[in-house]
Amino acid sequence: MTRLAVPKTYKLYIGGKFPRSESGRVYEIATAKGVFLANAAKASRKDARDAVVAARAAHSGWAGATGYNRGQVLYRIAELLEGRRAQFVEELRQGEGLSESVAQKQVDTAIDVWVWYAGWADKYVQVAGNGNPVSGPYFNISTPEATGVVAIIAPQASSLLGLVSVIAPALVSGNTVVVVASERAPLSAISLSEVLATSDVPGGVVNVLTGSAAEIAPWLASHADVNALDLAGAGDLAGNLGWVDLQIAGAETLKRVLPPESGVPAPSVERITFFTETKTVWHTKGII
Amino acid sequence: MPETTRFLDYAPAPESTAILTLRESYGLFIDGEFSDGHGETFPTISPATEKKIAQIATADASDVDRAVAAARRAYSRTWSKLSGADRGKYLFRIARLVQERARELAVAESLDNGKPIRESRDVDVPLVAAWFFYYAGWADKLDYAGLGPNPRSLGVAAQVIPWNFPLLMLAWKIAPALAAGNTVVIKPAETTPLTALIFAEILQQADLPAGVVNIITGAGDTGSLLVNHPDVNKVAFTGSTAVGRSIARSTAGSGKKLTLELGGKAANIVFDDAPMDQAIEGIVNGIFFNQGHVCCAGSRLLVQENVKDEVVDRLKARLSTLRLGDPLDKNTDIGAINSRAQLERIREFSDIGEQEGAERWTADCEIPKNGFWFAPTIFTNVSTSHRIARDEVFGPVLSVMSFRTPAEAIAKANNTPYGLSAGIWSSNGSRVLGVADRLRAGVIWANTFNQFDPASPFGGYKESGYGREGGRHGLAAYLESSGWSVAGRVAPRETGGRVAPSPAHIETSPSTKKAPK
Repeated sequence: MTRLAVPKTYKLYIGGKFPRSESGRVYEIATAKGVFLANAAKASRKDARDAVVAARAAHSGWAGATGYNRGQVLYRIAELLEGRRAQFVEELRQGEGLSESVAQKQVDTAIDVWVWYAGWADKYVQVAGNGNPVSGPYFNISTPEATGVVAIIAPQASSLLGLVSVIAPALVSGNTVVVVASERAPLSAISLSEVLATSDVPGGVVNVLTGSAAEIAPWLASHADVNALDLAGAGDLAGNLGWVDLQIAGAETLKRVLPPESGVPAPSVERITFFTETKTVWHTKGII
Repeated sequence: MPETTRFLDYAPAPESTAILTLRESYGLFIDGEFSDGHGETFPTISPATEKKIAQIATADASDVDRAVAAARRAYSRTWSKLSGADRGKYLFRIARLVQERARELAVAESLDNGKPIRESRDVDVPLVAAWFFYYAGWADKLDYAGLGPNPRSLGVAAQVIPWNFPLLMLAWKIAPALAAGNTVVIKPAETTPLTALIFAEILQQADLPAGVVNIITGAGDTGSLLVNHPDVNKVAFTGSTAVGRSIARSTAGSGKKLTLELGGKAANIVFDDAPMDQAIEGIVNGIFFNQGHVCCAGSRLLVQENVKDEVVDRLKARLSTLRLGDPLDKNTDIGAINSRAQLERIREFSDIGEQEGAERWTADCEIPKNGFWFAPTIFTNVSTSHRIARDEVFGPVLSVMSFRTPAEAIAKANNTPYGLSAGIWSSNGSRVLGVADRLRAGVIWANTFNQFDPASPFGGYKESGYGREGGRHGLAAYLESSGWSVAGRVAPRETGGRVAPSPAHIETSPSTKKAPK
C-alpha cells in the first residue's frame, strides 16, 4: 500500500501571513506535462493594495535596522533554503519540468545569491556613498538609503532563482517589496515565502502575490504609495503586459523604474543601488 | 523710522551695465555659430523695469532637428574620439573664461533674471566657474567614478533648465555631460536666455569644437520637441514637478536615460536649543534667497512651540531691514520676481493662504513703480492642510508651523510628496544626526541652509525627481556602466541552466554586453 500524500494549499503571502485571495479566486497550476499540481490563489486589486499597506508599514523597521542585522537576516534565508533544498528541487522539477541536475543547480545558485547579497547589507553604503570635499567649513557626507516600497514583476521563466534575484537586491538596503511571482510556476514562490516567514524576516518586508501579472501590475504601477518598480519579468509577458504603460502609470508619482530584463538578472551592486536614494547632509564646522 | 534703524538708509550704488556689450537680437547657437530660428522671435525683458533687453529666437522643429544633428555629428566625429584629458582641458578653459568674464555675466544675470547683483556676483557666477573646474578634472578620471572600468558616454544629451539660476543650472547640466563625453543641446528658460547666449560666446572663445554644445531658445514647446527628439540618448530636466511628470511619461520606453530635478516644499526645523542668531539668518536665507525662487527653499518653517513667538518676532524684525529694489544695486537684498506670470502665482497663493485662515504679515517696504515685486511675507497660524503648506509657491513666502517633539517635527517634515531638501537647527549634534536620518529628503542642511558645491550631490526623493547633480554621483547621470558588477544575463530556460550565475563568476568576468553607441 502506498501512502496517500497530503497536498499543500498554496496561498498568498501578505504582511507575514498566508491569506487566500480576498476575491476567492484560484487558478490551476500543472506540471510541464499537464498534470494537476495545485490551485494557486489568484490575487486581486484589493490583495495588491493590502500588500502595499503591509510593505509600507514594515518599511521603517526594516530600513531602520542596522546593515549588520539585515545581512544576518538575509543570510538566515540562505541557511533555511539550504535545509529545504530537496523540496525546492522537487518543486522546480514538477513546476518547470527541469531535470534533476538543472533544478539542483538553480536551487544552489539561489542560495548563493542570498549569501552574496547578504554580505552587501553592511557594505554597499561604503561603496555608493562618500564624503564630499566642499569649499567651505562644512562636514558633508552622501549616503544611500532605501527608496521605500518596491513593486516587482518577477522573471516569469525562472520561478525560484528569478524571484530571489529580484527580491534580494531590493531588500539589502532596507526596501520592502511587493512581488508578483511567475504566473505559470508560482508554487516555489509561496514555498519561499514559508522560508521567509520562518527566517527572521519581519512580516510585510516581502509580500508575494500569485495570479495574473497583467491584472495586478497596473494597480501596483499606479499606486501612490509605491516608490519604485522593478519590471524585470514584465518583458516575458509581452503581448499581455505592456511594460511601457506600466512605466507611464508610474510617472504620475515619479516612480523609479527598472525596465524589463530577459531571463534572470545577474547579481549586481547596481541592482542594490538602483533602489536607493542618495542623502547628502551638510553640517557647519565651528572654529575651535 | 526709529532712531536705531536709520543707519540702513543707503545711497543707491548700482552696478554699471556699461560692461555689457549686448546685441539687439540673438539667434540660436547651433554647430558653433549663431543662426536664425524659424519660430516667432520674442523679447527678453528685465523684470525690474519691464524694459526689453534683446530679441530672442524661437527654435521650431526644424531647428531642433538641426541642433540635435549637429550634436550627433560632433559626438561621433569629434567629441567621443577626444581623450578625457583633452575634454578636461576644454572644460578648464571654459572655467577660466567664466572667471575672466564674471562681472559681465553677473550683471547680465541680474538684468535678465531680477536677482540681486550681490547673489549673481557672489553665488551664481563663482559656482558656475567652480562647476566647470570641478568636472574638468573628472574627464580623464572616469574609471574612478564608481561605475566600473571604462564607463561609456551616452551620446547626445537634451537638457532643459529653469529661470531661477539660469547660468548656474546651465553649468550643472553642461559640465558633467561634457566631462563624461556626451554632446549637448540645451534650452534655457524662455524668460532668462541672456547669460546662456553670452556663454555661447565663451564657448567660441574656448574654441570648443562646433556642435559639442548647442544652445537653443524658445518656450515650453521647444523644450518638448527637444526632449522628445528620437535621436537624443539622455534627457536632463530641472523645473516643475508637473512638467517633469510629463517628460517621464513621454520618454517611457524610449531607452533615454532620464534625470529630473523637480519641485520641493522643504521643512526648515528649528529646535529650542538652536543657535538662534544663526537660525534667524538661516531661515531668511532659506526662503528669501533669490526671492524664494529656489526649488530647495525652506518654505515650511517648523519651530518648536516654546520658541515660536521669539523666532517669529525676530524674523519680522530682520525682514524689516531687508532692502527690496534694483537688482543691480549692490545693497539690494530682495530683487524682482522673475516674471508677471510668477508674480501672479505668488499673489494667488498668498490670497488663498489668507482665505484658508492663515495670518499674513508682509514686510513694510517700498515697491518700485515698474517691474514685478513681492515683499517678503510670512504666514503664521498655518495648518498642514493649507495650500501654502503643501504647494510650491516659488516666491518669498514663508509658512510657519510649530511642533512639540522631534517625532512630530519629523512627521510634519515628511508629510509631503516632495523630498528635495530640509534644514535642521539645533546645538545638539546627536539630535541633528538622528533627525537627519529620518528625514526623507536628498539634501539636508544642519545649522546652515542653501549651500551648494560642485563636489556635493544634489537631488530629491519621491516626487522631487531622481538622479543627482554634483559630485561623483552627478557623473552617473551621464555615463553607462560597462558592467563590472553585472555578469551578463542568464536565461536558464534557453541554456538549460548551464550558466547560472554564481558570485564567484560575477567577480571575475566583467561583461561587455553593451556595445558603444
